[in-house]
Amino acid sequence: MAKIQLNGKKIAIRPKATIYDLLKKFKLNNKKVAIEYNGIIIPKANYRKKYLKNNDKLEVVHFIGGG
Amino acid sequence: MKKDIFKIENIKLKSRLIVGTGKYKNFKETAKAVKESGADMVTVAVRRINILDKKKPILTDYLNPKKIIYLPNTAGCFTSEEALRTLRLAREMGGWKLVKLEVLGDKKTLYPNMIETLKSTKTLVKEGFKVMVYCTDDPLLAKRLEESGASAIMPLASPIGSGLGLQNKVNISIIIKQSKVPVIVDAGIGTASDATIAMEIGCDGVLINSAIANAKNPIKMARAFKNAVISGRDSYLAGRMKKNYFAIPSSPTDGLI
Repeated sequence: MAKIQLNGKKIAIRPKATIYDLLKKFKLNNKKVAIEYNGIIIPKANYRKKYLKNNDKLEVVHFIGGG
Repeated sequence: MKKDIFKIENIKLKSRLIVGTGKYKNFKETAKAVKESGADMVTVAVRRINILDKKKPILTDYLNPKKIIYLPNTAGCFTSEEALRTLRLAREMGGWKLVKLEVLGDKKTLYPNMIETLKSTKTLVKEGFKVMVYCTDDPLLAKRLEESGASAIMPLASPIGSGLGLQNKVNISIIIKQSKVPVIVDAGIGTASDATIAMEIGCDGVLINSAIANAKNPIKMARAFKNAVISGRDSYLAGRMKKNYFAIPSSPTDGLI
């Protein structure tokens, strides 16, 4: 298992999972989201190429109501 | 008569009213109010998604970003870094280049930090963003923003969420007269007549959130704002009558019996 930080929460994921796998697990693969991986924004096209490893920090954001 | 077109960069808008999507009771109310307001552009914020609650409704389920223009905003950002990070994520999310920048400087007044705002504007423009900028009503700083490549100048009428209305008509008028890009009053509008006043002095548009969302009946207030903005714009284009210090009769005095 790999331990990563997702939106500030520690979670465990299966080894060799990609960002896409993670989004699918949380049913977010079809949602309008953006991802920051260890402080770097990852383009959508690279979600399947980016493998997650121990201690990675992931931020998944979306649009909410705002002024 | 020449058609009155409202354009921000290359985006044509039917309505001169832009509405915020915060503070509503629920998404249903948000969607209803937006529809009633007639706005074709809404501001939205960027936040962490709730990962664990998969069934929680999200904004895009209620306001289709393909049908209404999402204007990502950096509300709540107090540094240039935070604002840039937010907008870069927003661009990745939707592919939007047109964004609203706001870098706040003080928690109590939510006044914009103009030094950071100016710095961020320059960086964003360099990165290819089209930036609508929330700012103070200082004409000099508004000019600096325009020179830095801002796509629209968005001075505050009064502090965010205060509902105090247009407090410095003179400064806003100066900014309107000197600007070649659209001037949109943002923040502080309290009620429909405030929006009319802003439009009457020649603002290109107004951005409203709290005044609609915090009304007792937000849906009705959304409609009130729609009409207020149309009235104010028409009144500006029509050109008001001259003011006189003494009465001038409305009926002819000739032929009085």
